[in-house]
Amino acid sequence: MKVIYEKPKSISDKTFHYCPGCGHGIAHRLVGEVMDELGIEDKTVAVVPVGCAVMAYDYFECDVMEAAHGRAPAVATGVKRCLPDKVVFSYQGDGDLAAIGTAETIHAAARGEGITVIFINNTIYGMTGGQMAPTTLPGQVTQTSPFGRDPYTQGWPLKMCEMLSTMTGPAYIERCATDTPAHIRAAKKAVKKAFTYQIERGAYSFVELLCACPTNWGMTPGEARDRVGSEMIPYYPLGIFRDICDIKEGK
Amino acid sequence: MKKLMKGNEALAAAAIYSGVKCFFGYPITPQTEIAAYMAKHLPKAGGVFLQAESEISAINMVYGAAGAGFRAMTSSSSPGISLKQEGISYIAGADLPCVIVNVMRAGPGLGGIQASQSDYFQAVKGGGHGDYRLLVFAPASVQEMADMTVTAFNLSDKWRIPAMILSDGVTGQMMELVDMDDLPEICRYDKPWAANGKGGRKKHNIINTLYLEPEELEAVDMEREKKYERAKAELQDWEEYMTDDAEIIVTAYGISARIARAAVNAARSEGIRAGLIRPKMLWPFPEDAYKRDVKAYLCVEMSRGQMVEDVRLAAGGARVEFYGRCGGMLVDETEILNRIKEIHDEGNI
Ligand SMILES: Cc1ncc(C[n+]2csc(CCOP(=O)(O)OP(=O)(O)O)c2C)c(N)n1
Ligand code: SF4
Repeated sequence: MKVIYEKPKSISDKTFHYCPGCGHGIAHRLVGEVMDELGIEDKTVAVVPVGCAVMAYDYFECDVMEAAHGRAPAVATGVKRCLPDKVVFSYQGDGDLAAIGTAETIHAAARGEGITVIFINNTIYGMTGGQMAPTTLPGQVTQTSPFGRDPYTQGWPLKMCEMLSTMTGPAYIERCATDTPAHIRAAKKAVKKAFTYQIERGAYSFVELLCACPTNWGMTPGEARDRVGSEMIPYYPLGIFRDICDIKEGK
Repeated sequence: MKKLMKGNEALAAAAIYSGVKCFFGYPITPQTEIAAYMAKHLPKAGGVFLQAESEISAINMVYGAAGAGFRAMTSSSSPGISLKQEGISYIAGADLPCVIVNVMRAGPGLGGIQASQSDYFQAVKGGGHGDYRLLVFAPASVQEMADMTVTAFNLSDKWRIPAMILSDGVTGQMMELVDMDDLPEICRYDKPWAANGKGGRKKHNIINTLYLEPEELEAVDMEREKKYERAKAELQDWEEYMTDDAEIIVTAYGISARIARAAVNAARSEGIRAGLIRPKMLWPFPEDAYKRDVKAYLCVEMSRGQMVEDVRLAAGGARVEFYGRCGGMLVDETEILNRIKEIHDEGNI
């Protein structure tokens, strides 16, 4: 019998604690597949966030550091500066990356730190039970925006790819989604390209993945998947925002 | 050969001698010479100097570098050290070795830029959240700024407890002769726990502070507590001066101890049997130094009375008096002498 689909070797056998339909599972798999394909599991250090992915150290088979909330890019900087030949990536949610860790995010990008940042945008604080995130859409109801986010009193959503692409430091910035097979394939290509930029050019790369949080959106997995396409993508357009090396995929 | 150096620079040079791989800093008076020295000299020694975007980032970079198994360091002064507390708690919780330097200035808030000793509680009692300790060193000279930095790296690696050099604006800024050719030896320890890429290892290494099961976290905390108890038994370190026949013992650390020593000399020349106990480490606190027969201790600090609480605990029922200045004011030799005389003249001696 021929195996045509299996769990990436860079992902452990532990059962994910993620909810059904959660984008984290897809994102983990993509990173795992890329680690396998590039053969880098043995030379990679992952820095994982505070958020629903806090226990990703049990899922990634590479070495892992668990960072304080928002500090993953600083921790990754410390690792990469000591181990420039190793592959270092941070994996962060939107509260982690775009609220409490905004300064760390921007300055790691400004320095063009040779790391890869995988950014999970699910427009909500998942782990703490569904509060407003910096990426929560205008009008979106959350625990702390019970009448819908009012941008005039609660601020406008941060568009991280757009913000970071104004900077000179980053080499590659792309936003992808995890709602359809085609989008997931594109996301895989982007993640692989991001790691390749780091490995071949020592460059900073950033991939935003639009993900569903069915539990805190109060939706079924199917409804949540549909919302990624119907509400998130129109506000957070997919595409490459910056690419200064133009390495061809698969190299 | 002895040469004239600033305390902050001697400390930085000793860190490079110790093999520090990374220094992550952020400017603040009165410690900035450390960052400036590192920027100039660490890259030449094969290390990394990085000016971070904040003290929070700097300490988290230390977490990353230390977690990867390298000697890492950051320095700041009081307000910046407050910002580092989150990271320090994580570093302690992950049992990572590193050296953190606090060249103390006066607080609270922005306070002032002159020397102070008002961060004793923060350094010795916790500062960040959770049950944890730091190895806390109290240099009283430029030579000790250098020596204790080497020892701090050694002991921190050995014990896997983060170390803090608790200095002050005077000791950091003053120039003294220092012998950089006679520093303590460097001790190296294997770090099989480091998250530095698996290489040939079968199992991945994880640097983590999260334990969701209370039983598990309690066990980890208790295990660490045992290590702290061993450190208390093994690491207490202090200096005594004229204590053999002393009736009144002045006790002070860092720059205060140097001024107190002059007051002790002055008291002796007036026929008062005074002595000095100078803690060289503040955690573990040198409790054993205070187990003696003495009429009174006089604790001298540049704060409103912080170390004095530990002196009272260590001294059992013995009489403990306090004299301190704050706000960036130095303790005054004559005022210390007057307090010694007052205690002496109270008749019960
Ligand atoms: C300093 C600090 N503040 C707050 C928290 C509580 N907290 C844990 S996870 C989280 C939000 C996580 O949301 P996000 O980054 O969007 O990730 P998600 O759970 O959605 O994947 C917060 C606020 C914390 N652990 N530490
Ligand atoms: S709460 Fe949301 S982000 Fe967290 S695991 Fe569940 S679906 Fe995923």
